Amino acid sequence: MLVYALRRILVAIPTLLALIAITFVLMYAAPGTPFTTEKALPPEIMANLNAKYGLADPLLVQLGRYIWCSACCFDFGPSYFYKDQSVADIIRQGFPVTLTYGVYAFLLASVAGIALGLAAAVRQNTWLDYLAVGVSIGAQVLPNFVMAPILVLIFTVWLGWLPGGGWNGGQWENIVMPVIALATSFMASIARLTRSSMLEVLNANFVRTARAKGLPERTVIFRHALRPALLPIISYLGPTFVAMITGSVVIDVIFSTGGIGMFMVNAAFNRDYPVIMASTVLTGALTILFSLLADIAYAWIDPKIRY
Amino acid sequence: MALVINKGAAASLKEVSGRSLWADARIRFFKNKAAVASLIVLVLIGLFAAFGQHFAAWSNEEINWAVIGSVETLGRPSFESGHFFGADPLGRDLYARTVQGTRVSLMVGLIGAGVAVLVGTLYGATAGYFGGRIDDIMMRIVDILIAVPYMFVLSVVLVMFGQSLVMLFIGIGLISWLEMARIVRAQTLSIKNKEFVEAAQATGVSTPRIILRHIVPNLLGVVAVYATLLVPNMIIFESFVSFLGLGVQEPSTSWGALIAEGADQMLYGTLWQLGYPLFFFVITLFSFFFIGDGLRDALDPKDR
Amino acid sequence: MFPKFAVTGALAALLCTSAIAGGHATHPETGEALAEDQTLTYRIGDGIPTLDPQLIEDTTSFHVARQLYEGLVTQDLDGSILPGVAESWEASNGNLTWTFTLREDAKWSNGDPVTSADFIAGWTRAMDPATASPYAWYLELTSIVNAKEVLAGEADVSTLGVSAPDDYTLVVNLTAPLPYFPSMMSFATLFPIHMATVEAHGADWTKPENMVNNGAYNLASRVVGERIELVKSDTYWDAENTIITDITGLVINDANQALTRWKAGELDYMDDLPPGQFPALQAEYPDETFSSPRLCSYYYAMNQTESGHPSLQDERVRLALSLAIDRDVIVDQVLKGGQTAAYNFTHYATAGFTMPEIEVASLSQGERDAMAKALWSEAMGDETPTYKLLYNTSESHKAIATVVSQMWKQKLGVSTELANFEWKTYLGIRGEQQFDIARSAWCGDYNEASTFLDLLTSTHSSNDGKYSNARVDELMAASKTADDPQPLYTEVEQIAMGEAGIAPIYHYANTFLLHEGYKGWAAENVENNWYVKDQYRVATD
Repeated sequence: MLVYALRRILVAIPTLLALIAITFVLMYAAPGTPFTTEKALPPEIMANLNAKYGLADPLLVQLGRYIWCSACCFDFGPSYFYKDQSVADIIRQGFPVTLTYGVYAFLLASVAGIALGLAAAVRQNTWLDYLAVGVSIGAQVLPNFVMAPILVLIFTVWLGWLPGGGWNGGQWENIVMPVIALATSFMASIARLTRSSMLEVLNANFVRTARAKGLPERTVIFRHALRPALLPIISYLGPTFVAMITGSVVIDVIFSTGGIGMFMVNAAFNRDYPVIMASTVLTGALTILFSLLADIAYAWIDPKIRY
Repeated sequence: MALVINKGAAASLKEVSGRSLWADARIRFFKNKAAVASLIVLVLIGLFAAFGQHFAAWSNEEINWAVIGSVETLGRPSFESGHFFGADPLGRDLYARTVQGTRVSLMVGLIGAGVAVLVGTLYGATAGYFGGRIDDIMMRIVDILIAVPYMFVLSVVLVMFGQSLVMLFIGIGLISWLEMARIVRAQTLSIKNKEFVEAAQATGVSTPRIILRHIVPNLLGVVAVYATLLVPNMIIFESFVSFLGLGVQEPSTSWGALIAEGADQMLYGTLWQLGYPLFFFVITLFSFFFIGDGLRDALDPKDR
Repeated sequence: MFPKFAVTGALAALLCTSAIAGGHATHPETGEALAEDQTLTYRIGDGIPTLDPQLIEDTTSFHVARQLYEGLVTQDLDGSILPGVAESWEASNGNLTWTFTLREDAKWSNGDPVTSADFIAGWTRAMDPATASPYAWYLELTSIVNAKEVLAGEADVSTLGVSAPDDYTLVVNLTAPLPYFPSMMSFATLFPIHMATVEAHGADWTKPENMVNNGAYNLASRVVGERIELVKSDTYWDAENTIITDITGLVINDANQALTRWKAGELDYMDDLPPGQFPALQAEYPDETFSSPRLCSYYYAMNQTESGHPSLQDERVRLALSLAIDRDVIVDQVLKGGQTAAYNFTHYATAGFTMPEIEVASLSQGERDAMAKALWSEAMGDETPTYKLLYNTSESHKAIATVVSQMWKQKLGVSTELANFEWKTYLGIRGEQQFDIARSAWCGDYNEASTFLDLLTSTHSSNDGKYSNARVDELMAASKTADDPQPLYTEVEQIAMGEAGIAPIYHYANTFLLHEGYKGWAAENVENNWYVKDQYRVATD
């Protein structure tokens, strides 16, 4: 197991390098440059900017320099858009925000989602099942960008309980709505996946056998059925967690939280190359890490799986 | 034991049972009331998308100059004005726009999910079945692709090859299958050591055939459920793409674009602009979900 | 004229000294009772890219910079100039030499005096290629001796035509006798800089713990992409007359969410109201909803190069397209925010500008439509081309493009293919002339008509439709040295509009909400330059 994990981590290095190279090429292929402005800059100023940020060098040199600086000294460079901020400043500011509401939302989504899904599966075709299915579908079909303003409408405009947005250093009042808005649709997905997977397991032979042995239903479900039923959910949770903590633009835009999601999308719009690179590397590294964790969790839950 | 019969007999037996599996599934599916009702709703929505424009008093791009500028009062839904669903913020007929948006969104949802199912299932099943180095390489490729900011993929694709509906489908298709591949792979890992696979291996069935005839059918439950999750995701994804300025071009529209527009106007007294598109969106997605559940129950081979 | 400023300044200072004392303060000039709480919270649309004055290139940062720093001059509520760090100034040598006398009580936030050397440091820093200031061209625009050469890399930055005979005198030599030179000194690129701080901290010098600035406010905290907090500076020379104590800027991307939060009382000020909502807000909050002219013009550029539709090279076609746009519908039914229908390019509120007589402006839309149809059938017959109409992603650009394309379709039978792109892609496409018609806008860099009209010359870098008329080029060149450029401007407008070099659509207005009781907002300042030190909150009971 340990050897396997180490090997995967080693493989992650070329993966990340490939990711950097692909993004680099895509970034330069995209139309516009970081310094394209409405009022076209005089060529001399453009030359100054390109010289200052090293954009005049050949692409391969830039790529090499980027990999060297970021890998060896964790120097991700300055932001081209936030000219007096470094990429590290921006990540340091945006990532904790997103991490905070992302982790809460993840916990809410997975706990509530799995509970809802299990309840529905165990009580299949009862009112509880219908209710759970209805709630989860309803939660899923309401798009984020409709859900979020509705929350604001209820909690800010009508009830006046919560501020309509902002982060304010992470006061709980500012966290509640982003967490709910972010968690809802993920919760619904998890609930549906859990229900379907649990139903499948409950019909499996070994569960029938367990029931036939006269084991109490509770034991059957929690001792026999739960583990295998959670398998497909775990492979869903890995990327879900990454998606949640690497940010949701909609949440950042509507609640003005200043999270990393907004920085990433704005960086793409502004062609802020260093921020794009850093956020890609960050997302990539987290994706790789969590898919590794999901695989390890898999092996732990299902000993039959051999690597 | 059935497993020890010779190859030819096994093949013919399987064919028989294969047919009855699907026939059984059809029967089971039509017993599920929610699924059947959903199917009817979807058919109706399909008809609405296909023929709805014949009942419209306005085209989807025509501006009603009498209404523009005071949509909150004059643009209310009414049969007299011919704006059955009211007017959009620019005085265009929301009914005609909903019909046209429905067409685009259904296409995006179905094609996006179709690509995801086809590519994702085969890719994931192959990776999971072979395991080892092949699995490693295949899944690392998925890791890389998932981590590439999709906005770049899309904007580069759309800018280099021109912004059109076809390119939008290709762009969405490129991204949508990744998640599916992972889920299918994970599921494959858990069934590839089961007896029926081992039996097939022992009787010398070729690898592609094992994947297609033994692994994939056993994944259909999960695939169906996930595919029904994908259709709405694709539709929402399209709306996000539209929001970034890379989606369908005006005067064409889509559910996502209409809903986003309506949500912007939520507090300004023109709720119908959100309500009608959202209604179609919601009932369609509900239907997809119920059909997905119906399919899952019907196709579950272990229920036999 | 110029010493007068000094006198008013001194008078104001005298008047103010006695004002804020005791518990119930009153405003020094108006005598209104002031509120206990003197804070400002306002909305920022897109974050603050930088607080380094020489690197700023966007409006939001300029707004903050005007509170943190002070240039030679500032502006009053109408946009006229007031003494800033310079107490007085005078021109000599036929407006070619300007001498500024600096006030001796101007201090940096660390207590150092603000000297003429700090201004020279700021300006040479802006010109220095190593700084790569995107607004370095602004110095060229001011005609300072050698600015052009320094920018082109032909002269060293030390040769810039500015000198400091003593700590409180700054002498600037120009290559052209610009009468409005002092008014350009309120621009952030020309702010002074505390070089010792910049040298000590490098790019980090704008962090709250490092920053040394000379304005009425100091930086308390800054969460990039979320908020910025400013607090009143005690070292500012006019601190005792500065009433607002704290400023908070909240980044709120979405205009609808910002409006909700304004209604919830979380914001005092927000501009850029959601499109079309102005009349409803005005009805609901008549005393708190404002619209004021803003120095920008919205127009459609028509591509007259080979890459555009060939018919657009025909001035009759261009004119027909321009005439068929019903600007009143756009202004009154779509935007609804106090914008003005435009038949000429220069914004009507530009200082010292007399609106030219444009014939078609006085006609009714029916007459214009008839003219458009006649011109069209004369030039095109029954041909119905399809034009590619380019615009960047935004609700209101989309609305205008949709409405205009319908007008053209119904009146002229023209089809349009709407092409909406995100900002940078749009700029790239527009800059490479890959369009037939492109939505464009131009905002004045300074408050004088040439900032607009220069765009109509053949070589201007933002003339994306590549409109070209030799007479226009000639007139604009002549206007630079003319005693009275107005007749030249009028002729340029008449020529360019007569052959529809561009199709102007409307002149901007700035719509904003300001809570009742918050006073001193520079609503009449067409450059939208506001200084919080002039503002105050009155007691509302």
